[in-house]
Amino acid sequence: MLHIFCPHCGELRSEEEFHAKGQAHIPRPLDPTACTDAEWGEYLFFRDNPRGIHHELWVHSAGCRKYFNATRHTVTYEILETYKIGEKPSVTAAGTAEKKASDQGVTA
Amino acid sequence: MSNLINVYQQRPAAAHAESPLFHAGLEQLAGKGSARAGVTVREKKLLGHLTLRGDAKDPAFAGGVHKALGLELPVALTLVAAGDTSLQWLAPDEWLLIVPSGSEFAVEQKLREALEGQHISIVNVSGGQTLLELTGPKVREVLMKSTSYDVHPSNFPAGKAVGTHFAKSQLVIRHTAEDTWELLIRRSFSDYFWLWLQDASAEFGLAIKA
Amino acid sequence: MSQVNRLASGGRVDRSQPLTFSFNGQSYQGFAGDTLAAALLANGVDIVGRSFKYSRPRGIVAAGAEEPNAVLQIGSTEAAQIPNVRATQQALYAGLVASSTNGWPSVNTDLMGILGKVGGKMMPPGFYYKTFMYPQNLWLTYEKYIRKAAGLGRAPTAVDPDSYDYMNQHCDVLVVGAGPAGLAAALAAARSGARVILADEQEEFGGSLLSTRETLDGKPAADWAAQVITELSGMPEVTLLPRSTVNGYHDHNFLTIHQRLTDHLGEIAPLGMVRQRMHRVRATRVVLATGAHERPLVYANNDVPGNMLADAVSTYVRRYGVAPGKQLVLSTNNDYAYRVVLDWLDAGLQVVAVADARSNPRGSWVEEARKRGVRILTGSAVVEAAGSKRVTAARICAIDVQSHKVSSPGEVLDCDLIVSSGGYSPVVHLASHLGGRPTWREDILAFVPGEGGFQKRLCAGAVNGVFGLGDALADGFEAGVSAAAEAGFKAVSASLPQVAVRLEEPSLALFQVPHDKPTARAPKQFVDLQNDVTAAGIELATREGFESVEHVKRYTALGFGTDQGKLGNINGLAIAARSLGISIPQMGTTMFRPNYTPVTFGAVAGRHCGALFEPKRYTAMQSWHLQNGAEFEDVGQWKRPWYFPKAGEDLHAAVARECLAVRNAVGILDASTLGKIDIQGPDAREFLNRVYSNAWTKLDVGKARYGLMCKEDGMVFDDGVTACLADNHFLMTTTTGGAARVMEWLEIYHQTEWPELKVYFTSVTDHWATMTLSGPNSRKLLAEVTDIDLDKDAFPFMTWKEGQVGGVPARVFRISFTGELSYEVNVQADYALGVWEKIIEAGKKHGLTPYGTETMHELRAEKGFIIVGQDTDGSVTPDDLNMGWCVGRTKPFSWIGWRGMNREDSLREDRKQLIGLKPVDPNKVLPEGAQLVFDPKQTVPMQMVGHVTSSYMSVALGYSFAMGVVKGGLKRMGERVFAPLADGSLIEAEIVSSVFYDPKGDRQNV
Repeated sequence: MLHIFCPHCGELRSEEEFHAKGQAHIPRPLDPTACTDAEWGEYLFFRDNPRGIHHELWVHSAGCRKYFNATRHTVTYEILETYKIGEKPSVTAAGTAEKKASDQGVTA
Repeated sequence: MSNLINVYQQRPAAAHAESPLFHAGLEQLAGKGSARAGVTVREKKLLGHLTLRGDAKDPAFAGGVHKALGLELPVALTLVAAGDTSLQWLAPDEWLLIVPSGSEFAVEQKLREALEGQHISIVNVSGGQTLLELTGPKVREVLMKSTSYDVHPSNFPAGKAVGTHFAKSQLVIRHTAEDTWELLIRRSFSDYFWLWLQDASAEFGLAIKA
Repeated sequence: MSQVNRLASGGRVDRSQPLTFSFNGQSYQGFAGDTLAAALLANGVDIVGRSFKYSRPRGIVAAGAEEPNAVLQIGSTEAAQIPNVRATQQALYAGLVASSTNGWPSVNTDLMGILGKVGGKMMPPGFYYKTFMYPQNLWLTYEKYIRKAAGLGRAPTAVDPDSYDYMNQHCDVLVVGAGPAGLAAALAAARSGARVILADEQEEFGGSLLSTRETLDGKPAADWAAQVITELSGMPEVTLLPRSTVNGYHDHNFLTIHQRLTDHLGEIAPLGMVRQRMHRVRATRVVLATGAHERPLVYANNDVPGNMLADAVSTYVRRYGVAPGKQLVLSTNNDYAYRVVLDWLDAGLQVVAVADARSNPRGSWVEEARKRGVRILTGSAVVEAAGSKRVTAARICAIDVQSHKVSSPGEVLDCDLIVSSGGYSPVVHLASHLGGRPTWREDILAFVPGEGGFQKRLCAGAVNGVFGLGDALADGFEAGVSAAAEAGFKAVSASLPQVAVRLEEPSLALFQVPHDKPTARAPKQFVDLQNDVTAAGIELATREGFESVEHVKRYTALGFGTDQGKLGNINGLAIAARSLGISIPQMGTTMFRPNYTPVTFGAVAGRHCGALFEPKRYTAMQSWHLQNGAEFEDVGQWKRPWYFPKAGEDLHAAVARECLAVRNAVGILDASTLGKIDIQGPDAREFLNRVYSNAWTKLDVGKARYGLMCKEDGMVFDDGVTACLADNHFLMTTTTGGAARVMEWLEIYHQTEWPELKVYFTSVTDHWATMTLSGPNSRKLLAEVTDIDLDKDAFPFMTWKEGQVGGVPARVFRISFTGELSYEVNVQADYALGVWEKIIEAGKKHGLTPYGTETMHELRAEKGFIIVGQDTDGSVTPDDLNMGWCVGRTKPFSWIGWRGMNREDSLREDRKQLIGLKPVDPNKVLPEGAQLVFDPKQTVPMQMVGHVTSSYMSVALGYSFAMGVVKGGLKRMGERVFAPLADGSLIEAEIVSSVFYDPKGDRQNV
């Protein structure tokens, strides 16, 4: 059972207090009517399924009822960070790859 | 104000009231439980419960609340109390105010007056929930059987209050004094929680206080 | 024959407390402190079961969780039956009743045994797949026979009389295993002030300390264990969990511990006691001190009773005072196993010989044995055991490990007990539950836990490959210190007892002992005793092309069942690796998954059973419903009155009566379960515009409106009436089942998409109790108990008023779900029952009838009102429901659902659309869910064009009717559809408008 840090309550809580709500950072198009069916379908139905770092939307349903984002590793299930809506993740797949490359002495 | 929000006295001046655990007949059970009970239960019933919403970061909001209630806005996961009034943090923009039965309408009006012009919400939820007070040396073990939240004093000192998972549902646990805890339960779930608590405290001995 | 194998003295059993028990119907005696296995061995019981596939007689092999054979059925009564109990882990109690699970009809004369013996070749690995899957239709016959013969244990058929529960625990340091390393770790962590939980699966803490011949500070090791346990039990922040198996290591340091609180007291827990408890532990740090299992050597006929593990025999001798034989032969590849020889000699018994695979062993224990006159055959191993129901002799040959050959004809030595030791396999199960692959260490010939990833765990002692007692203590203490320090506590310095220093020599890599004959033709050499997997079987699997360890496992069943590869896994890997010409680490291990040992269903369920299985939600009027004989329907977690039968009435009769009462007089419904959300804020109206399909801009204070909620794909997902209480104040109602879902829906949009909108949502579902008065007499009735002006012009349809009802402040909404004149009275729930009773009283002269959900459903269907989730299924747009009137096509903001409704697919004309269905035969009721076709004469499979969503027999209409969805149905009014039913019959129906009753809506507007 995951142990999730609620950024609003400021504490680690058990997974059973939360609901997962899918991939994070999928903003609703500001003008849906301007979207083609394909674009709207993309927004509505298509989600990433990465092996590795994934940004997810969660809600602390048994606690403060607030939504927040979590950066989770889909293989190890490690939660690398949680952050409030509107904030940006500090751990990203791109950033991790970059760091790995620089650790190995690769420079751009 | 009055044309923006519909506020009215919802509690009758005189009418028969039935708290969420009325059907359990706690009054009749009082004093009949185990003599050396590890857990004693009391329903703190029919109190005034108001859900307060507002912007904690706005000093005018905290100031208005203080002006109306004489209480500082509690920070995350805590509650403050003065006499029979308590104010509990529920979420960054949400608090639960519990006041003596029947005073909720007057308190709401007072709050609305103090917070005039701000974007707030106050909702009377008195009929929808109740407080169960648990006292005794074995309360912590009953809580441990019921919730995955850590109720050890190092993590859950008196003055703390958390919304969490409990048995197969949810509620708020308030730690009000060393051996005293309160469960804030929703009316429709009250029978379930009551059954659960009776079962969980059976091995420790359960007593009822009116 | 009483305890023939019990030694005259020694052991930790209490000889003053004899306990009588029975096994396979025969009565025996053991002592308090025995395990069932120790007691069986004490009584000379050689055969405890028959093997899974070949039905060979099997005896006790081990002394702990790794026991593969003595997996027994316990219980004297049907209700107390417990399958899959390892006799080595079951404490003896007076009156224990045990029986073999394998071995039908009897362990000593077994029909399958004959088949097994002749038919070794008949049942090669892959047997089930190859033989029983074809022909497939015979599988059911085979399965019955196989299951019975295989002996998987038997679940009780009677209700379990015991109670089980959960305990949620939190700690800084959880120490798993209370052997030397675990005790030291717990001590270190506890002394630093950390909250510590120490769990161990055995009856007593101490692990190997309770049976080892080694001393600590010159005293018995068990003394030190007792001293540590005393210290720990005096510390308030330490929780000691004996008889507690840590069975699962789950994500983020969440571990499940299965504690057996009363299993040592009897088959049923004493009154008032919980039998078993599941501890759900969140640990800041975990120290795994799970120890190691001794690995047997694989040689011919190594399954005959009387073949045992070396360590296990030491344990039986020293801890239980039981000698499971008289003349012992040891086959080993390492120093540690010599301890059994010394223990056996100390007990005054005969050691026939030791076969040591190493050419020149000189370790301290070896020398001690040599000094005491033990015959040691070096460069040798037991190649084959003799005997059928009990070992009678061992053949020891010189062997060449490099070429895997026997290099001498060897000699046959008479003996009744062969013990073997192929080294130690660390118990890496828990460390691997989260996917961490163990790492092979060639120096100790064992897999040790691999990297823990981000899980905050340490390993200590034998599980870490630290096998020596002194080193294990130090390793444990250090792990305890580190774990506590990582959890934020200051380190304490070590004060550990002294262990005698000895010369220990490395072991030799020997797993399967070579035989004169090729493996396939030699007598069976068992690798996995529980699943009857042989060395030959594994070789066959690799020859047939199963090269991955996971495939070999599934082909042979290696490590299946309750065993989970505790004894056989490494030997199996080694054999497969040799057969494939690769190394053991290249072969890798299979995955280990929870649970480590079997867990009862009771412990898994805890208290979540019976009345506490699921929360049941009740309204404030529940006591009245009960007193008035309501039958209840589950709606989500709510219990709602379904109908109120009078004496002799069934559902149909009661509903017919209730329907007529509402249509002709007045009915009352408890509608408190509807979701209710209080919405406040200057942007409340705008928010409604965005989440509802229709427009809210012009809804005046005092009015109410019906709204549909869609998802972004344009499909309806909830509906309800929302009232404007004041300019910035609305009360939304949702479906009963959708209340929580809608609340989350509003919040997710507010919090993640439109935080700039000034609005707050608060659930008031439980605060308000709602009673619906419906029927032509409802105005007259309500007038008697309210001060509100009910005049049709003063209080028109789709408006609300505030006032007193039954002396209680109320909000009354004039809305209707039945099509009749209706009022929904809302009062604070604390006062609702009183109000309800006053209305009931006043209603007597108006023909007031309480009605339930079934009547409500029928009445609303007559009006064509939908129920979300019954008439919709997440694939229906408002237009599909013919509810285009509820779609704000010109609203400025692109509300949730609008774009989705306008996708090409959502606009197709042949979409399934909601219509009314009128059976041609007015007495036939279409079954809900029935599929519809246009042409009933077409061949099967027919083209299905829709289905029935709601269907009733209407008393008011005088005929049956239904609602359903049909492709392009709205343009097919008057056409016929057919419902071909499973019994071959056909119901023909006409497509009609879904509004059957009062299509103009006059009745609700009166």
